[in-house]
Amino acid sequence: MAFEGLAERLQNTLQKIKGKGKVTEADVKEMMREVRFALIEADVNLKVVKEFVKKVGERAVGADVMESLTPGQQVVKIVRDELADLMGGESETLTFSKKPPTVIMMVGLQGAGKTTTTGKLANLIRKKYNRKPLLAAADVYRPAAIQQLETIGRQLDMPVFSLGTDVSPVDIARQAVEKAKEEHYDVVFIDTAGRLQIDEALMGELRDIHEAVKPDEVFLVVDAMTGQVAANVAETFDKQVGVTGVVLTKLDGDTRGGAALSIRSVTGKPVKFAGMGEKLDAIEAFHPERMASRILGMGDVMSLIEKAQSGVDEQKAKELEQKFREQSFTFDDFLEQLEQVKKMGPLDELLKMLPGAGKIKGLENAKVDEGQMARVEAVIKSMTTKEKSNPEIINSSRKKRIARGSGTSIQEVNRLLKQFDEMKKMMKQMSAMQQGKSRKKMKLPGLDSLFK
Amino acid sequence: MSFFKKLKDKISGKPDETTEKYKEGLEKTRTSFTSKVNDLIARYRKVDEDFFEELEDLLLQADVGFETVMDLMDDLRFEVQRKNVKDTEGIQSVISQKLVDIYRGGEEADSSLNIQEDGLTVLLFVGVNGVGKTTTIGKLARRFIEEGKTVMLAAGDTFRAGAIDQLQVWGDRVGAEVIRQAEGSDPAAVMYDAIRAAKNRKADILICDTAGRLQNKVNLMNELQKVHRVISREIPGAPHETLLALDATTGQNALIQAETFKEVTDVTGIVLTKLDGTAKGGIVLAIRNKLGIPVKLVGLGEGMDDLQPFDAERYVYGLFAEGLEQEDAEEGGE
Repeated sequence: MAFEGLAERLQNTLQKIKGKGKVTEADVKEMMREVRFALIEADVNLKVVKEFVKKVGERAVGADVMESLTPGQQVVKIVRDELADLMGGESETLTFSKKPPTVIMMVGLQGAGKTTTTGKLANLIRKKYNRKPLLAAADVYRPAAIQQLETIGRQLDMPVFSLGTDVSPVDIARQAVEKAKEEHYDVVFIDTAGRLQIDEALMGELRDIHEAVKPDEVFLVVDAMTGQVAANVAETFDKQVGVTGVVLTKLDGDTRGGAALSIRSVTGKPVKFAGMGEKLDAIEAFHPERMASRILGMGDVMSLIEKAQSGVDEQKAKELEQKFREQSFTFDDFLEQLEQVKKMGPLDELLKMLPGAGKIKGLENAKVDEGQMARVEAVIKSMTTKEKSNPEIINSSRKKRIARGSGTSIQEVNRLLKQFDEMKKMMKQMSAMQQGKSRKKMKLPGLDSLFK
Repeated sequence: MSFFKKLKDKISGKPDETTEKYKEGLEKTRTSFTSKVNDLIARYRKVDEDFFEELEDLLLQADVGFETVMDLMDDLRFEVQRKNVKDTEGIQSVISQKLVDIYRGGEEADSSLNIQEDGLTVLLFVGVNGVGKTTTIGKLARRFIEEGKTVMLAAGDTFRAGAIDQLQVWGDRVGAEVIRQAEGSDPAAVMYDAIRAAKNRKADILICDTAGRLQNKVNLMNELQKVHRVISREIPGAPHETLLALDATTGQNALIQAETFKEVTDVTGIVLTKLDGTAKGGIVLAIRNKLGIPVKLVGLGEGMDDLQPFDAERYVYGLFAEGLEQEDAEEGGE
């Protein structure tokens, strides 16, 4: 997951200081060296690192820290504030033109993920803003780039405008906007070919497209794994075509994503969206504040809540809660819960968003095997209705049948039954706690390692 | 004699045309990296701590990575002391020698591909999304075909929209038959088919494309393992090369990529793509330093023949060409 290493490193460093009653100048120096190391390993641009370290260092040795009662915490706060500041405060959204169509131009290096991102954004705009998008295939260079956009268009049931590979991208863009005007599309996405920022001829072509269609937004698509060159790329594209926002892709990888930190502070352009997976709905608005918290291992609770809200049917959640209380939770409910969790996205992503999850031993590298989930589902689906609501009736011959039916083994069936049993016990405890019985026993793992 | 001189002598035995490719492809790298090193050398007359610190920054900006830079700096400090280098003039050759040393990783790294004398050679390409696997395959196929070999391509990226068509376009362009199934089919099954077909048609080389995948996706990595397994089962000893395509603009994550892909598919070599940008590809230093995987091919441009076998000497020559020629001139060489 993004920033994992950075979060860990900063936490380790800060841990040393956190407990201290007094912070000496030497402590700060030591810590700043670690911060520098962590940021460089996270691919944060060297210039940005230097500025950051200098700023934080100055503030940390300042009087407010030395004299405060809890200097360690004070330093933590400074690092966090500055980090959030570096990523640019509030998250920004899309600007739609008052006079449709809104023209959005997608630019970037080869392989950054422009075409996929075009599809994802168009899908988001249709879903969230209820606008009608048209996709224009202006990458006439890479083999089959047009087919790629057309396939995506088919998957999304969205029209794609293309004129083949023999027409100049400038004309394609211009005609796409014309068509959008005539046929009343709200938004036109122009998917341009990937190019090196130093390729003068191709950068000239981008300027021509820009001149021809006067886009409302120019999105620079940047691979989150990009190294030191990210800031330079962003700077050059911005100079040439006036970038209005950045979309960070492949953030579902385990890159620390220093590119995000660098681009904003070097170009002043906000990161607006983040690509988080291979599916066409795997895109999110970028939240700098949350990202800063995530860097420091404070957990991305806000994102988790939003994910839960978009994925979970509230009515069903209430019913479930009722069942928890009444202890009438069955395998059918379990299955339903599984479905809902699956809707929220890859499980390991969710896990990482939990506060303190990064600190639990063994969990920092936790990888949830989605295949395992499918097997669990198969086991449950191989049970009879009666078995699902009364699992205690499952004897060895029933187990054998279930294992055969689901293509698993008896051991796996046993394991699931045991897990289910434990889950029920846990629920019992939890609902008891909710009624205020043994509240002090309630202790979520990792919660104590949050910033005290 | 200076290291540059030796480097030049070594290279002079090799075809000029390829050396030129390196020089051209690395032009931007040179102007951004080497000229900065030269600047630095011009500014500092003496080799002191400040000099080392600025040099360290330059290497970090080339994505070499913190740990490898630290190793390198220690080596340099030691070397400078040993050779008693006082002024900055002699330092450039010490730096480039160290760079070549790391690339070689102690031994003479073999960057040639493991091609079978008789029978089928299977090359498997792996990597994350968008690094240029399919394009590299197209260019590599052309190289082999020019050498008079029969090449077949296996369209194993059944996931990304348009990927099969992309490989097909390359196949048509260079004259290689493409074995394909429908989008969404099992890539391992595509490989099985492709190997059967390649055997039947007595092809010399089968190059297998796979879908890009982020190395932290367990299921996708398992799928890749299966692809690898199916290939080895059909032909013992295959794939003869598993090549990890790395984007030269990638930062420190490339190290994790190399590590994880190596675990899953036993990567035998790296293809460094997109080296013609301003990226320095310094990460290959870190990979060589820490994991010992050799770079076998480099992509130096968008042209058909810009894919070249990796050559550490030429690479460093490409980086320092100007300095080398200058030094040469000063010594009155040529």
